[in-house]
Amino acid sequence: MGYFLILGVENENLINYNQSQLIYKAFLYTDKRRVNKFYLRMRDKLENGGITVENATDFLNIKDVSTAFKINGQFYDAISHIDLQVHHDEILAIVGESGCGKSTLATTIMGLHNPAETKISGSIDFEGTDLLQLSDDEYNQYRGAKIGMIFQDPLSALNPLKRIEDQISEVMDYHSTFTSAEKHDRVLELLDQVGIVNPKRTAHQFPHELSGGMRQRVIIAIAIACKPDLIIADEPTTALDVTIQAQILDVLREIQKENHAGIILITHDLGVVAETADRVAVMYAGQIVEQGTAEQIFNTPEHPYTRSLLRSMPQRDNENDDLYVIQGNVPSLQKMPQTGDRFAPRIPWVPASAHEDNPTMHEVTPGHLVRCTCYRDFQFPDQPEKGSVTE
Amino acid sequence: MSLVEIKDLKVHYPIRSGFWNRVTDEVPAVDGITFNIEAGETYGLVGESGSGKSTTGKSVVGLEKVTGGSILYNGQDITKKANRRKLDYNHDVQMIFQDSLSSLNPRKRIEDIIAEPLRNFEHLSKEDEKLRVLQLLDIVGLDADALYKYPHQFSGGQRQRIGVARAVATNPKLIIADEPVSALDLSVQAQVLNFMKKIQREFGISYLFISHDLGVVRHMCNNIAIMNRGRLVEIGTRDDIYNHPLHIYTKRLLAAIPETNVNQRAAHRASRLAVEEVYREQQDKYYDDEGKAYPLVAVSPTHSVALPETIAKQLAQQETEVQA
Amino acid sequence: MWKTILRRILIMIPEVIILSILVFLLAKAMPGDPFTGSINPKADPAQIKHLMKINGLYDPWYQQYWNWVVHLFHGNLGNSYQYQEPVTRLIGGRATNTLWLALLTMILTYALALPMGVFAGRHEGKLPDTVIRVYTYVTYCIPFFVILVIGIWIFGYVLGWFPTTGSITSGTTGWLRTIGSRFYHILLPAVLGALFGTVNIVQYLRSEVIDAKRSDYVRTARAKGVPSKDIYRHHIFRNSLLPIAAFAGYSITGLLNGSIFTETVFSYPGMGLLFVNSISYRDYTVITALVLIYGILNLLGTLLSDIILSVVDPRIRIE
Repeated sequence: MGYFLILGVENENLINYNQSQLIYKAFLYTDKRRVNKFYLRMRDKLENGGITVENATDFLNIKDVSTAFKINGQFYDAISHIDLQVHHDEILAIVGESGCGKSTLATTIMGLHNPAETKISGSIDFEGTDLLQLSDDEYNQYRGAKIGMIFQDPLSALNPLKRIEDQISEVMDYHSTFTSAEKHDRVLELLDQVGIVNPKRTAHQFPHELSGGMRQRVIIAIAIACKPDLIIADEPTTALDVTIQAQILDVLREIQKENHAGIILITHDLGVVAETADRVAVMYAGQIVEQGTAEQIFNTPEHPYTRSLLRSMPQRDNENDDLYVIQGNVPSLQKMPQTGDRFAPRIPWVPASAHEDNPTMHEVTPGHLVRCTCYRDFQFPDQPEKGSVTE
Repeated sequence: MSLVEIKDLKVHYPIRSGFWNRVTDEVPAVDGITFNIEAGETYGLVGESGSGKSTTGKSVVGLEKVTGGSILYNGQDITKKANRRKLDYNHDVQMIFQDSLSSLNPRKRIEDIIAEPLRNFEHLSKEDEKLRVLQLLDIVGLDADALYKYPHQFSGGQRQRIGVARAVATNPKLIIADEPVSALDLSVQAQVLNFMKKIQREFGISYLFISHDLGVVRHMCNNIAIMNRGRLVEIGTRDDIYNHPLHIYTKRLLAAIPETNVNQRAAHRASRLAVEEVYREQQDKYYDDEGKAYPLVAVSPTHSVALPETIAKQLAQQETEVQA
Repeated sequence: MWKTILRRILIMIPEVIILSILVFLLAKAMPGDPFTGSINPKADPAQIKHLMKINGLYDPWYQQYWNWVVHLFHGNLGNSYQYQEPVTRLIGGRATNTLWLALLTMILTYALALPMGVFAGRHEGKLPDTVIRVYTYVTYCIPFFVILVIGIWIFGYVLGWFPTTGSITSGTTGWLRTIGSRFYHILLPAVLGALFGTVNIVQYLRSEVIDAKRSDYVRTARAKGVPSKDIYRHHIFRNSLLPIAAFAGYSITGLLNGSIFTETVFSYPGMGLLFVNSISYRDYTVITALVLIYGILNLLGTLLSDIILSVVDPRIRIE
């Protein structure tokens, strides 16, 4: 049985082609890895011929993933039952406040948790392989090569005692057959690509000699050195000034276009999400509560949490009003309710009957998923009519 | 008369080098800035890291050794220590810090933390002091049982509110808030900002609100100064700065704020890139030969920009034409 | 960089002068004199007074100090009252003994401490770590001279593996045998000194390794797909050894302090033993000379640490 149905060209090895030669046909593939390779190859050719290709397949499929941390000898879920897909050529933003589990999700995909203190269940299907079944050595074939990660704090994420060049070429030491001269050239090329003005000089410097923005560019260079299919960016611009932030986001977008990578952008900044993301997943207390395209999330937010967040943001024209404050606090890991709607205590005016006992995701419009039924009649106590929240 | 008048404030840090480790050069962290803070108002000071905004804030509280210029409070220059003591200046001016955890002593209970300024300045009886602390906790919306807890037992937002409670304990006239919400989550940020506004309404406190976040500043401040490389490049009302920016640096900052309007994404990006283009090409028009900002020139009673007079007038003209 | 080193050495001059004055005054402030009890218990007090006088011990302190400094610049540290020989020669002979002992102690200390610290840090919380930690706690709790005495008792008397006094077996001939005998004599004190000296380094290194393991740059390396053993080799070891390397200069102080105990307990003829003896005999010339040497070595040790640090850590540059 095949998994995917994609549109392709009859002759895969077509090199010189013109549009009239293209015959569209349905291919039935059983091997996901082949589908991905084929997709990427065809995509370049077709787009050069002026045809746009829609996302053919999700190459990262996170299914029912929970990650639990050991606290005082007992395991507590930091993220529970996450279902998420990432496609080629898209930026998926995961947004939520501190403690919602967004960074845990990232480090789970990267396999960076200490197995003695974490318990991970579910499956993460990456180009046909379940990452969660890999040994550490096998995982190392993916980390840095097919999955790159960009970290939040660019100063501490770089080894203070190593030159920039060595830190970038270290990735290639393990994932390429480059000679040292080739690595050197690639380092300079990468530094140039991430917008560093004088790559030769920077390559020779140590992290502390660079500005925050430059360091973050170096981190990005490390993440993309082996042209990974998936890039996970964990709060990549939080430590940076706004003007630098804009530049870094531009660099990310360009790289994604060039490599056809899928990017998971983890951030707490709704503005960054609205400017950059194609799709958005909103997380609260370890769960995804709403998911959809950027337009769906920002133009027609449904879940009470998403709507509350957008309302608590300082916006144009609300200078004289108080900002909306969500009642209560995010529960700690140990006190996380295991049944019922986790957001319910923070919207106490909503009757219990509006919530589900075991909240599931509901599809509002195609691709737009919302957890729990409480969104249907949700309204803020001070604002009877629904809508007009984001305007 | 303004509450605080800052005149040509300069803070230079010495660079030592050479065999005898003598001062050979100076870094102008703050390089001659002038602005006034009015009573009961929130004055926004905006800039990127390294612009000198925090140094300015610390100078106003008296935590920084000032190289030149003056800060007048009730007509007295408080850059001199003797004057600060005479005026009881540190009773009237308090500070809220960005990092709420490290600015609260981890070994002290909340009661002692909030009572500290009271003990320093107003010698109350034990009962009165406790009453006042409870009152302060109530103002910032914390329960009485917070009294006996330690800072680490609170969330970031609660700690920041404790910082606010401590700052307002002495009924100050001015609070310097240095990035008070930048470490906080959105919903908690909203809470703290609301509190700050509420306290201002009730007690008529002035704020010097230092931030890099233009969205928050727009929400909080009526008057705003934009700082760049130790100098002010533009000052004006909220409307002047956000709707009629003149200096390229202000425009750059504004263009770089991410907008939540997804539908305008492409347009917003295009306008940002256009501003960046102008910045790259015409940088020397906006800065003098040494790369410093020009002295401020008034283009309207409220709005000044750091440009040579002719260019400033010309830009202001264009701006009004565009608006019309 | 050379400029800074030169400046640091220049700064040392006033430090050494102040040190020497303090040392001189303290030595003088000790009750007693170098002659009572050393010549003959029944010696005539008048004769002792005479001896004191011709040795200038009744002069005001600054004059005594000045005389001492003038002699110092002629390379003359005076004569020992006790041994009746020039202090320079007296110390010269002992200094080599102490040097060899200190050198071997240092080598053994690092040879033991580095693997233990790294191993404990790497296997944090597991059995080897627990064993090493118990070892460091126990050693830390026992005073150094007790360790020495227990060591001598077990290895010197009960088992009889090592000599318990002296620096060489008397009557040894031939250079190879001489070296062998010397080494045999310093091995036990050096091992015991090293066991004690490892404690601080092991604990420090262990926590450095644990910190490095949890650092963000190690996480970055893991995200690059670097195998665990290479992460230890390229990132953790080097970064956590850095403060230890810088510490080496300071450890000279510890070695010198330790030598005072070791040499006394082992009757090993080095500077430490000489120091202890000189104090009991009020041998002022020797005491002042030794303290001055110790002081200068300590100052050089700190300078050495600063230089090492600037060489191994790119973030610190001596301009």
